[in-house]
Amino acid sequence: MAKKRLIQAINDALTEEMERDERVILFGEDVEISMFGDTVGLLDRFGPDRVRNTPICEATLSGMAVGAAAAGYRVILHMMFSNFIYTGFDAIANQMAKIRLMTGGQIMLPVTVIAGYGGGRSTAAQHSDTPYPALMNLGGINVAVPSTPADAAGLLKTAIRGNNPTFYLEAGGRGGQRGEVPDGDHLMPLGQAAIRRSGGDVTLVSVGAMMRPTLRAARALAADGIEAEVIDCRTLVPLDTETIKASVARTGRLVVVDEARDRCSAASHIAAVIAEESFHDLRAPVRRVTVPNIAMPYAPNVEKPLLPNPERIAEAAATLVQA
Amino acid sequence: MTPTSAPSTEEFLDLLRTMLLIRRVEERLRDDFHAGKLPGGVHLYIGQEAVAAGVCAHLNDDDWIASTHRGHGHFLAKGGDPKAMIAEIHGKETGICRGMGGSMHVADFSRGIIGANGIVGGGVGITVGAALAAQLENKGQVAVCFFGDGAANQGVFMEAMNVGALWKLPLVLICEHNGFSEFSPSDTVTAGDIADRPEAFDIPSTSVDGNDAIAVWEAASAAVDHARRGNGPSFVLATTYRTHGHNEGEVYWLSGTYRDNSEIEDWNRRDPIERLTRTLVERDICTLDEVGAMDREILDTVEDACAFAEASAVPSPDAVQDLMFFNQAP
Ligand SMILES: Cc1ncc(C[n+]2csc(CCOP(=O)(O)OP(=O)(O)O)c2C)c(N)n1
Repeated sequence: MAKKRLIQAINDALTEEMERDERVILFGEDVEISMFGDTVGLLDRFGPDRVRNTPICEATLSGMAVGAAAAGYRVILHMMFSNFIYTGFDAIANQMAKIRLMTGGQIMLPVTVIAGYGGGRSTAAQHSDTPYPALMNLGGINVAVPSTPADAAGLLKTAIRGNNPTFYLEAGGRGGQRGEVPDGDHLMPLGQAAIRRSGGDVTLVSVGAMMRPTLRAARALAADGIEAEVIDCRTLVPLDTETIKASVARTGRLVVVDEARDRCSAASHIAAVIAEESFHDLRAPVRRVTVPNIAMPYAPNVEKPLLPNPERIAEAAATLVQA
Repeated sequence: MTPTSAPSTEEFLDLLRTMLLIRRVEERLRDDFHAGKLPGGVHLYIGQEAVAAGVCAHLNDDDWIASTHRGHGHFLAKGGDPKAMIAEIHGKETGICRGMGGSMHVADFSRGIIGANGIVGGGVGITVGAALAAQLENKGQVAVCFFGDGAANQGVFMEAMNVGALWKLPLVLICEHNGFSEFSPSDTVTAGDIADRPEAFDIPSTSVDGNDAIAVWEAASAAVDHARRGNGPSFVLATTYRTHGHNEGEVYWLSGTYRDNSEIEDWNRRDPIERLTRTLVERDICTLDEVGAMDREILDTVEDACAFAEASAVPSPDAVQDLMFFNQAP
């Protein structure tokens, strides 16, 4: 075990995977200097054939990821801010997510797309989106939302070695968070949620960076005598519904915490699955703690309260337990 | 750029054979479509065969091509199997894409055919990626993108020229200017000469008569050679004409007309296959009888392929479960 900052865990995982397999290539805008620090040093280590700054042309970059992967490379495409996924969305939605099916399974697409997501830092509406709901709906795309340095390393390595397109979303501004990363080749399979805290009164499911405020809410609830179980999704596609269902079978109550906008959020999906498949285990309605259907505003005093926080999460849980 | 050589006798005959194969396959698809035998629509390439044939004549199995919604010709010219393509268009499990793609997605990666594409301009970025892979492989492979004059108005075209020129990718851009962007005459939607655009990126640009198979062959020979030698992208504008509808079904649902029949007749007189045949006979490369024999052989191939397609089973509805992801439930 070594304690690492999250961004360092990502950088180490990228380095190790590029070291391990010379067919791994990485490109994107300013990956040489690295906006977030995740790709720092990779150019020096692996050279310009494998690590490249690109022009600003997301529509082409997402297409290139498909083409280079189809031609036999393992591609890591860095899209910088996840809002730029929209600029490159055509080839993501129309090619990457579909070309395997359309061609009768002729190819695998080992593509990892990295992008920073989420608000809370006054980056304003075009640099703070949480776009996984749109990605989840495409079908042929995996979505990883790591919340700890260990998962950041393990999920990234799995994505790079995998043979399906995976969006690996880094919570913006959380790169400094520290945590233990297991030594050696640490891989975390997609589709395995983590139980971060056990409790029998209510299940709190968190998506990505919502893990910390959710844990804080659980501690506050415990002070009031309510024991919350906290489940971190780790990946949204595939989604570990079994772990969530098993927890709901014990607690009978569910709150889903998601920093996507409310409508068609990941939380909406999880709530729907539980309503369909665990209805008889529920003792109270499912609650979602999300962001209102509003573009992220700049002014901190307006932006901050839109995001789920421990108080809102604890309040939602407490109402269910008291109901 | 100057062509590396003129076609040899064998190359002349291959060119004609490829064009005839495309024509006969598509005439049959036309008939089968109107007879209600095809589950989906088709965008026919009739009249444009010289472009696919003239370009793909210079490509090997490990070179890449990406194509368009009008992609049957490119698939066949690059060596794709007519049986597997026709079965695909019939939606059969023996189709090249197991019946999952249909006309607009015929692809065969084992022959470097990244495939047709339902998104106008969709092949452009993908070809740049394949060209990057080819450059990294360093074995002299090239990546060729076929696209229409309509697609040239998509922003990715500019992006691709910029990346391609910047990184000197082995990328060949073939724009087939067939007069229409769907139902809009090209000059109503396109400003200037598309062939001027590559020059802004220092990409060599050549304009050819796309109904002259030999001219296309020569221009493509120079462009492909340029890419193979590591000199970067090049661009060819082939002016041709789509003699059939944008979509073969349009006659049933389009409320108006968008061109005069006289224009179609005009271009039929410039038919690329008749033109090449005339040249080959004039140059004593073959006789009309020999062309007739070649044609009969091709018609037999088409007949067999269609019989195969019709006799094939439809795919199992469960097949899709394995196709969204590799080794993972959808
Ligand atoms: C992104 C996108 N926009 C629009 C369409 C609808 N559409 C299909 S073909 C076509 C015209 C394409 O013209 P061109 O590129 O010149 O090719 P051609 O049909 O002439 O071969 C259009 C608008 C589409 N398939 N994809």
